[in-house]
Amino acid sequence: MGELSEFQVGRRLFLKTYPWRRIDPVPWAPLRRPLAESKLALVSSAGFVVPDQEPFDESRRGGDPSFREIPSDADPSMLVDTHRSQMFDHGGMRRDPNLAFPLDRARELVASGRIGSLARRHLSFMGGITAPGRLIKHTAPAAARALVAGGVDVALLVPV
Amino acid sequence: MCNQAVSLVAAELERQGVSTVALQLLRSVAKRVRPPRALFVPFRHGYPLAEPNAPPRQHAVIEAALRMLEDPELGPPALVDFSPEGEGSDGEPPGHPRELR
Repeated sequence: MGELSEFQVGRRLFLKTYPWRRIDPVPWAPLRRPLAESKLALVSSAGFVVPDQEPFDESRRGGDPSFREIPSDADPSMLVDTHRSQMFDHGGMRRDPNLAFPLDRARELVASGRIGSLARRHLSFMGGITAPGRLIKHTAPAAARALVAGGVDVALLVPV
Repeated sequence: MCNQAVSLVAAELERQGVSTVALQLLRSVAKRVRPPRALFVPFRHGYPLAEPNAPPRQHAVIEAALRMLEDPELGPPALVDFSPEGEGSDGEPPGHPRELR
């Protein structure tokens, strides 16, 4: 189970005292149309890039708030894990990137008719953003605009 | 931190009219950050969709998330626990040692 007890004492203390950002008010966008007619985008914070993209910058203080667009026709097995955090076990998602970026599962949902279609581009972030000011003010709005421009109706967000 | 990052992105997407559902690996963080729709999954960090190379288990998590989008009874912030059938109450996925580097 995902618990603070997974982490070492120093990191646990940090997480317990960290000033988590509180979303207030909580925005709410009701489903506009049935899922079978909706366009789905994936958003993952696993730090994946496709081979020709710049890796995320682990050295950036407060975390790297940038994002990468992952083409919908990308082969999940080609996704490169550039998340440098030692806080979690990378083994599972390196064996199967669908564990944190479920492109194959999303395609299967379209094939079965559960979802209408997939966005042309999905979004990849690298978590570990301890200072999320720039994420909140700049990169998250830009990321959202990119999905809206692509006609996305619904998004599934996957942390690691 | 990943939980907070995807929650903040989810909030911005909702502000721009996109319906979202965010998986969450720490219930305590989800309750504090308050993403609009959160599915708490009882898996360890690095394993948000339960298990690698296990499409049925991964689909079960995604389906639970999609049902949150369809549930007219939910309102903000919505936090639902994923309770997979056939798994113990602790929800620990089998076959993966708890190794953290």
